[in-house]
Amino acid sequence: MLDVDKSTPPILFHHGEQFRLEKLPADRSRVIYPAEPLPGLPDPDESIRQALLNPIDDDPLPALLTPGMKLTIAFDDISLPLPSMRKPDIRQRIIEQVLDMAAAAGVDDVHLIAALALHRRMTEAELRHALGDRVYDAFAPHDALYNHDAEDPDGMVELGLTRHDEQVTMNKRAAESDLLIYVNLNIVSMDGGWKSTATGLSGYSGIRHHHNVKTMRESKSFMDRHSSELHHSNWRQGEVIKAHGPRIFQIETTINNNTFGYDGPLHVLQKREWEWTARDRATFVGMQKGLDAMPSSARRKIFQGWKAPYELTSVQAGDVEKVHETTLEHCFAQHLVPVEGQTDVLTFGLPYICPYNVNSVMNPILVMCLGLGYFFNMYRGKPLVREGGVLIMSHPTPWEFHPVHHPSYIDFFEQVLSDTTDPIEIEQKYEKQWAEDEWYIHLYRNSYAYHGVHPFYMWYWGAHALQYLGRVIIVGGDPRSVRRLGFTPASTMQDALEIASDVVGPAPTITHLHNPPILMADVT
Amino acid sequence: MKLPSALSPVRRYRALGFPYRAPSTPRGVEPAPREKTTGAHYDTSWARRLPARMARAAIVDGPMRLVVSGLAAPDRRGQDRLGALEGPAIFAANHHSHLDTPLLLTSIPEPWRHKLIVGAAADYFFGTRVTSVLSSLVIGAVPIERSKVSRRSADQAAELVNDGWSLLLFPEGGRSPDGWGQPFRGGAAYLAQKTGRPVVPIHLEGTGRILRKGRSLPRASTTSVTFGRPLSPRDDENATRFAARVEAEVAALADEASSDWYRARLRAHAGESPGLTGPDGGQWRRAWALGDRSRSAKRRTRRWPDI
Repeated sequence: MLDVDKSTPPILFHHGEQFRLEKLPADRSRVIYPAEPLPGLPDPDESIRQALLNPIDDDPLPALLTPGMKLTIAFDDISLPLPSMRKPDIRQRIIEQVLDMAAAAGVDDVHLIAALALHRRMTEAELRHALGDRVYDAFAPHDALYNHDAEDPDGMVELGLTRHDEQVTMNKRAAESDLLIYVNLNIVSMDGGWKSTATGLSGYSGIRHHHNVKTMRESKSFMDRHSSELHHSNWRQGEVIKAHGPRIFQIETTINNNTFGYDGPLHVLQKREWEWTARDRATFVGMQKGLDAMPSSARRKIFQGWKAPYELTSVQAGDVEKVHETTLEHCFAQHLVPVEGQTDVLTFGLPYICPYNVNSVMNPILVMCLGLGYFFNMYRGKPLVREGGVLIMSHPTPWEFHPVHHPSYIDFFEQVLSDTTDPIEIEQKYEKQWAEDEWYIHLYRNSYAYHGVHPFYMWYWGAHALQYLGRVIIVGGDPRSVRRLGFTPASTMQDALEIASDVVGPAPTITHLHNPPILMADVT
Repeated sequence: MKLPSALSPVRRYRALGFPYRAPSTPRGVEPAPREKTTGAHYDTSWARRLPARMARAAIVDGPMRLVVSGLAAPDRRGQDRLGALEGPAIFAANHHSHLDTPLLLTSIPEPWRHKLIVGAAADYFFGTRVTSVLSSLVIGAVPIERSKVSRRSADQAAELVNDGWSLLLFPEGGRSPDGWGQPFRGGAAYLAQKTGRPVVPIHLEGTGRILRKGRSLPRASTTSVTFGRPLSPRDDENATRFAARVEAEVAALADEASSDWYRARLRAHAGESPGLTGPDGGQWRRAWALGDRSRSAKRRTRRWPDI
């Protein structure tokens, strides 16, 4: 963490597919930087093999595989990791080893399912990238590799109710398997555990019990599983899955913070500003000017094409809950940064990507979700910003949507947000209608569209921050979009700080979250 | 001496005599035996020096790549299996055609591609000075005796591998005469044991359709190159057993190329991968069975929707 003084250089703010350098006020600002990337495992394939042969609180995987069994392998979808990683993807590494063991045991009946819940379906190219050509060519032509379909009337089963009367639904093939192997990729501490199966292989009737305003407001934060109502609900559903569902062998992994590489065109984004060499500065200026001169579609193409050189830092397999606790330790070891005290004003620059716009457009609703949902919740203990404080985000927030991926978002933005931005009112008045809309369901099942209810969840994701913050300001955003979100537009950081002073007084303390690479503030 | 102007230049040269021509051997004198400079004795060290390497890199990445793309349209798979491989390796592939070497030279990924030597039949590729020079320069060939067990060839190859050169070998010892493979010989396995370097099994498919043994003009077709995981000899494994394992792995890769990866792994673990050498029996039956392995054979018939 850096306390800003007069000699501190301007600080980098991500700004969608562009960048801004902002001078923060001296003596009352601080910058929280992500930790250096942890070293990757020297031999990932051997580490995976060892994890499968020596699982936590479970039998070695080969002992669970028998000829004639029904085996299902579910895996995390396109929303992980962010950005997509260089080949070979961790999912490919793991699934190839799992399948090789299954082949050794003579297992013929194997299905692979992208556990995407209500996300859009993965395209063939995306599946090939995640699993590799060998796995794709072996299973997809025989309809044994496919996307989960939560709206398939014949493809879902009810497993029962939790002790809080929450429904538990699951993909039928997974539920009726003799063994369900879940291959997870934890990029943040929110992922994994029972959330993998209870959400990833579920449908609207199960997910609505935790993807709602009340749950999200009581998740403080949803990045801290032990203080997250979102996770408590998933864990209750996990109890039902454990009792009435398939046997689960969970494989979880963590990656390091090497998002932009140690060298190459983007490596400067991984360095602290005062460490930038002349070459780094030249690289940055060239990149910034070049990006500013490009049309947004070209900028998007360049950034969406970036594959992160992430390295595997841990892999563990076996019992869902015990595996997940180990995963969290590794996750926190990379992400947690100790921070003392809260701040009046929290700032961050939003990058070009969030879990729901991979190979797509970051529309205004996703800007809200990334800022008030994900980045705001990057804390353990208490929020970085005090209650009633101000959040200043930097993003162009264009009035732009991907018509194939986000059709329901367009209508949500036009019809719902023009009426109200209050999450409770939105939930009560509109959610059911969008969730059950036949056209959205058709597009979710047959095109590559997010489910009709998905934009609601994005809004609920930020519900806690909306209730908690005094004001939200977006710097450099399209004023029309920003106002539609219910936020305040500002042209410059200076303007934003001046607007913020109406809420938090004339000389507020400021904390800048220098993210990405990912960091999580451990606030005391 | 005045030469008749009507003589051709060759005759005029011959008429010049010693010292412009080599001396004749006096009768009664036993001529010293000539040291052989071709075949297994050809010195290829010049072809591993920088100028020759640069020329070879230009040839491989220029015209050779173009020709291979045009003739063979290769589908290269499994290169990611070499991700963890460090240092030199011995690449061992099945062999159908003269096109196999250019195909592999353009398929083996960096950093091995440009520090690669090719084990080539001493009697075929190093038969004359001209073929020796061309083989050494264009494909980086080193002579390998295939008609007899030669310590010289093996020692030279092992020395080069120890010096950091990767080696491409065709353990079958020659091109397939009928489209089916031949049993693997132990050379690659022996070198792996001698040098401690892994063997990378490779399966080639389709090159026989383009330029099979006995044909002089190529015919364009499609090919696939499938790389396997690097294999190292186990402690309790001699060269013969290791060679058999390499052959089995190439057979599994062949199965993978003609069916799919998982079905191939199922058969490989059950010891049921179809062999490279084909069924026993008459020639026509072997030719008939070959049809089952061609890629067109796995095309699925169109399924009409149920109405």
